[in-house]
Amino acid sequence: MSLVVERIGPAVTVQDLGRIGQMAFGLSRGGAADRHALIEGAALLGQEPGLAALEMAGFGGEFRALADMRIALTGAPMAARLDGDPLVWNASHQLRAGQRLAIGAVTEGTYGYLHLGGGIATPAFLGSRSAHLAGGIGGPVQVGEILPAGTDPGGPVGMRLPAPDRFQGGAIRILPGVHTELFPAETRRRFEATPFRRTPRGNRQGAELAFEGEPFSGRAQLSVLSEPMVPGDIQMTGKGMPFVLLPECQTTGGYPRIGTILPDDLPLVAQAGPGVGLRFRFISHDEGRAAHKPDAARHAALRREIRPLIRHPADIPDLLSYQLVSGVVTGWEE
Amino acid sequence: MAAQPPYPLLREVGLSGLLVTFSDSLTDAANRANLAFRAAIEAEGIAGVVETSSALASTLLSYDPIRLPLAELRAVVTERLASRDWFAAALPQGRRFWRIPVAFGGEHGPQLAEAAALAGLTEGKAVAEIAATRLRVMALGFAPGLPYLGTMPDHWNMPRQDGLTAQVPAGSVVTAIRQFNIFTNATPTGWRLIGQSAFRNFRPELADPFAFRPGDEVSFVPIGAGELADIRAGDRAAAGGALCEAIP
Repeated sequence: MSLVVERIGPAVTVQDLGRIGQMAFGLSRGGAADRHALIEGAALLGQEPGLAALEMAGFGGEFRALADMRIALTGAPMAARLDGDPLVWNASHQLRAGQRLAIGAVTEGTYGYLHLGGGIATPAFLGSRSAHLAGGIGGPVQVGEILPAGTDPGGPVGMRLPAPDRFQGGAIRILPGVHTELFPAETRRRFEATPFRRTPRGNRQGAELAFEGEPFSGRAQLSVLSEPMVPGDIQMTGKGMPFVLLPECQTTGGYPRIGTILPDDLPLVAQAGPGVGLRFRFISHDEGRAAHKPDAARHAALRREIRPLIRHPADIPDLLSYQLVSGVVTGWEE
Repeated sequence: MAAQPPYPLLREVGLSGLLVTFSDSLTDAANRANLAFRAAIEAEGIAGVVETSSALASTLLSYDPIRLPLAELRAVVTERLASRDWFAAALPQGRRFWRIPVAFGGEHGPQLAEAAALAGLTEGKAVAEIAATRLRVMALGFAPGLPYLGTMPDHWNMPRQDGLTAQVPAGSVVTAIRQFNIFTNATPTGWRLIGQSAFRNFRPELADPFAFRPGDEVSFVPIGAGELADIRAGDRAAAGGALCEAIP
C-alpha cells in the first residue's frame, strides 16, 4: 500500500502533529502548518488525528497508486484530478492500483494536504514523522520517493466536509504573551486597529506581515536575555515589523513579542496567501479557554459534519457499474 | 543570593504557556536556579503540564489549559517557587565536561580581531582567555542542541553587531554578550564569527541525538586550520574531535 511520487512541488513535506518534549533541546514542535486540516483529513477517513499526511505548500504533484487505497484532500483547495477526472476537495476518495493522482496549484490559501488511509508510514524520529526543515530533520519529498501507507482498517470514501472558511485571513484572536506589557496600551490599541496583510516572505518558521503606519515599538525591554518562544508569538523585529511564528520557529529569541495567537486561529495566519488581510484582537485568558477546541473535540465535531458527496446522476458516465446500495455505509457514524 | 523582586516573575505566554523568569540579567545564580527549578518541575510531573523548557534564566511550562486551569497552575508554581531558595540550588547531576577543538581567527574566524578589540584584547590574548575559561551550557535553544555557553568576564559583554552576517556554516563558534554559540546548522547571525569547529550539536542518526545537556561544561581547545581539516577527514570526525568525560 503505497504511492509513488512522479512529479512534486518544491515545498512538499510529510507532517503530523509534531514532536512534543524536545523544545528543551532547542527543537520546536513543528508539525502541520494547518493542524485543523490534519484533523479534517483524519475525520474524513475515520482515523486518528496523529497520523502523518503530505503537506503541500502552493503546489502538489503527481502520484501513482501501487495498490488500492483511500485518500482525503484537505486544507487549501488545489486543482486535483484522478486519471484526468476532477476530484472534489475536502473529501475522501478511492484510488485504484495504477491510477494517477495529479494535484496542481492552490486556488486560495497556502497549504493543501493529501491524506492516505492508514496514514503515511515513513519512519518516526523522536515520536513524529514530521520533516523539520529548519531543524535539519527530513526534507522535501522528492520525485521517485515511495510514500508507504500504514494499515488501513478501511471505511467509506466519497464523503465530504463543508469547505472551511480559513483561507482569506480575517479576525485573529490573540492573548497576552511574554512581552505584551512592554508595549504601551496606546500601541496595543493601535495594533488592534491596524489592518495587516501577509507579505510573500514566509515559510514554516514564520510569516511576515506588512502594514501602513509607524512601527510598533515596545519600551526598553525588561530583559535583554533570550527567552522561550512558541508558535503564534507575534514578534517585532528590530524595525518594529511584525512576524508571526509558525510551527518550525526557533525555540528562544530576544525580540519583543506583542502577543500570542490563540492556537485555534493560527492556521488562518499560516494559510493566508500574499496580500491577504489580517486583523488582531486581544482576548482574555478565559475567553481564549472558552473558545479553544482541543484536537479530540475538533475531531469528534468534524466526524458529525461528514456527509456523502452528492453527484448528479447525469455526471456519472458509468452509473450502472456503481454499487448504489452499499456505497454509503450507515452504522459508521458515531 | 536571593531573588530580587519582581523576580521570580510569572508571565502568561498565550493560551497554554506560563513563563517563570528568575532574573533580567544573566547571572550564575539565576541560571542555576532556573535549571534546578525546571528539573524539579519535570521530575514532579504535574498533570496537565505538557512540556517544559528553559532559556538562560527562565523556564516555560507548556500546559493544557482545559485540563489544568491557569489559576491552578499559577498556584502550584507559586507554591513550588516559595518552597526553597532556588538561587542556592546546586547544578544538575550527570553533567559532562567537553573539550572541543576550535580553529580561531583567519578564514575560520574573520571577526576574531573585531571581537578581541571590543574586549580590549589582542587576538592572541582573546584566544588565550577563551581557552582558559571553563564554560557552562547555560541553555539549549534556537536550533536543535544549540548551546548557549557562558559566561566570560565583563569585558566580553559586547552587543550583537548592528547588521546580520548573511550566513555562517554549521559548527561556527560565535560570540556576543559574554557568551558563545556553536551553530547546529548554517544560519544568519548577529553574533560575531570568531572560529570554526567540526562539532555537531545535533546527531539525528543517534538514539540520543543531542550532544549537550544544560549544566554540561565546555572548554575550547585552540587548533590550527590544518588540524581542523584533519579532524574532518579522520575517524574523530563524528564527534568533531571532541573529548567528553563525566563530571564527578
